[in-house]
Amino acid sequence: MLDDLRELYQEVILDHGRNPRNHRNPPEANRHAHGHNPMCGDSVVVYATVDDAGVIRDVAFEGKGCAISVASASLMTEVLKGKTEAEAKVLFGQFHDMCTKEGAQGGDPDNEELERLQVLAGVREFPMRVKCATLAWHTLSAAMAGTDDATTE
Amino acid sequence: MSKATAKRVAAAPGDNSAAAFDVARVRADFPILTQEVFGHPLVYLDTAASAQKPRQVIEAMSHAYETCYANVHRGVHRMSQLTTDAFESGRETVARFLNAGSADEIVFTRNATEAFNLLATCFASVNLGHGDEVVISTMEHHANIVPWQLVRDRLGIVLRIVPIDDDGNFLLDEYEALLGPRTKLVAVTHVSNALGTVVPLKQVIERAHARNIPVLVDGCQAVPHIKVDVQALDADFYVFTGHKLYGPTGIGVFYGKSELLKDLPPYQGGGEMIASVTFEKTTFKDPPHRFEAGTPPIVEVIGLSAAIDYVQALGQDAIAAHENGLRTYAETRLAQVPGLNLIGTAREKASIVSFTMDSAHPHDIGTIVDRSGVALRTGHHCAQPLMQRLGVAATARASFGIYNTRDEVDVLARALESVHEIFG
Ligand SMILES: Cc1ncc(COP(=O)(O)O)c(C=O)c1O
Repeated sequence: MLDDLRELYQEVILDHGRNPRNHRNPPEANRHAHGHNPMCGDSVVVYATVDDAGVIRDVAFEGKGCAISVASASLMTEVLKGKTEAEAKVLFGQFHDMCTKEGAQGGDPDNEELERLQVLAGVREFPMRVKCATLAWHTLSAAMAGTDDATTE
Repeated sequence: MSKATAKRVAAAPGDNSAAAFDVARVRADFPILTQEVFGHPLVYLDTAASAQKPRQVIEAMSHAYETCYANVHRGVHRMSQLTTDAFESGRETVARFLNAGSADEIVFTRNATEAFNLLATCFASVNLGHGDEVVISTMEHHANIVPWQLVRDRLGIVLRIVPIDDDGNFLLDEYEALLGPRTKLVAVTHVSNALGTVVPLKQVIERAHARNIPVLVDGCQAVPHIKVDVQALDADFYVFTGHKLYGPTGIGVFYGKSELLKDLPPYQGGGEMIASVTFEKTTFKDPPHRFEAGTPPIVEVIGLSAAIDYVQALGQDAIAAHENGLRTYAETRLAQVPGLNLIGTAREKASIVSFTMDSAHPHDIGTIVDRSGVALRTGHHCAQPLMQRLGVAATARASFGIYNTRDEVDVLARALESVHEIFG
């Protein structure tokens, strides 16, 4: 039983789940949105600071949730810093595929960010948990699009 | 798993002890319990969300489709008459089950949720106006909250909320203090689906009736566990859902006292509920048919009736003893799991055990125990206001039914220990 579970709950995930990075509300953020997973009642707020050139200078989040959703949010804040909005969108698409599609190539050595997110690929074996892994990303998309609310439904 | 060697009858007459309850025999009636999940025997601890179905229910329904099926109340032909008889005898079965005064007090709906919407809509249209008050409790399921909020938004009524204490006890005196001249209805749960608290219904109803206020009861979690007598309780309206009572989905029960039902207008319009229709004027049937527009859930009523027969043959007192035994064993056993907190320790409880763990979110708990074949409910249990009151976003919930065993409690406890290992 423990093999699949160890694959899902890797040390990196447990670490980010316990000690999330960028868990704060930066006063200079110029984008934010609330995300909500109606299935479990978890909610998250994502804050982004985007400069005039469309480059994401900072991403942070607040909220409580399961280990998967917190770790995913935490990792997201780390990989998105310095990306453009367009690049963030592409990365979300690749990450989403990695979480849902069998055989989707996460392990692209040229794609450093996707490499880092690879630790979350274990959710593929747990379809009920994909929404946990993507909640923060959906919320970030909503923030970028200027809508205040995102849900995983 | 204990071996199905004992061939005794399910419960010896007059013996209501948990020991007399032959769980191996009960398990043999539930085909799904032979399923494996991730290579482990299914340990189904989510009966409060929906119960599994015994062979007797499944067979009653397929037997109906195979031998006795037509629309009801419509044809003069033989099949229609036989089906109508089976359907209406289902109504009698439900009436006896609740000890209703008459089968005409039993209205069939799609589920409990539809019954609440029916009552909220029909009761509001004749009895509620701006500023009138409806009293509900902190422990209500969304099905007994949201329909009243819809009425509030339409008519400007006020919802008053009965508080609970930290253990999940319903606070009777605080409840009584909420009853006032504008209170038109009390709508409370009999048993909390999230905490298992049994509400002191008799006193709730007495105190409301002392002020001539009628009471609606959500019995969804009560009827699978407790013998309910609506006349002894003097409940005015009582609602339950078939699928939690080992019956099929698609069938709910709405009981109302005759003298109250007769004054309520129809809910939906259509066939079956009319006495006569012209384009100028339509007259409606008397209850219960006034509230049953369209072709009803015919075979579901037959299935529900088989489920009631099944539960009654086991004996409701024996069931309660069996489930209480499991619940107290589970509370003791789970309390030994490191970092586990029981949520809801009311004085009187049904077979529901909610908990959180210091190291893991309920969702993570649910995922991990699932790999041992254990089906737990995790989340807010459609009772978000209650979760807010308790200061948690979610809990994990084990709920026990007639087919569960102590061995299964042990499987759960061991799985929870592995949660602690992974996260601890
Ligand atoms: C206490 C309670 N009330 C109402 C309901 C609603 O039942 P249904 O979804 O069958 O309408 C449930 C079940 O989810 C429940 O547990």
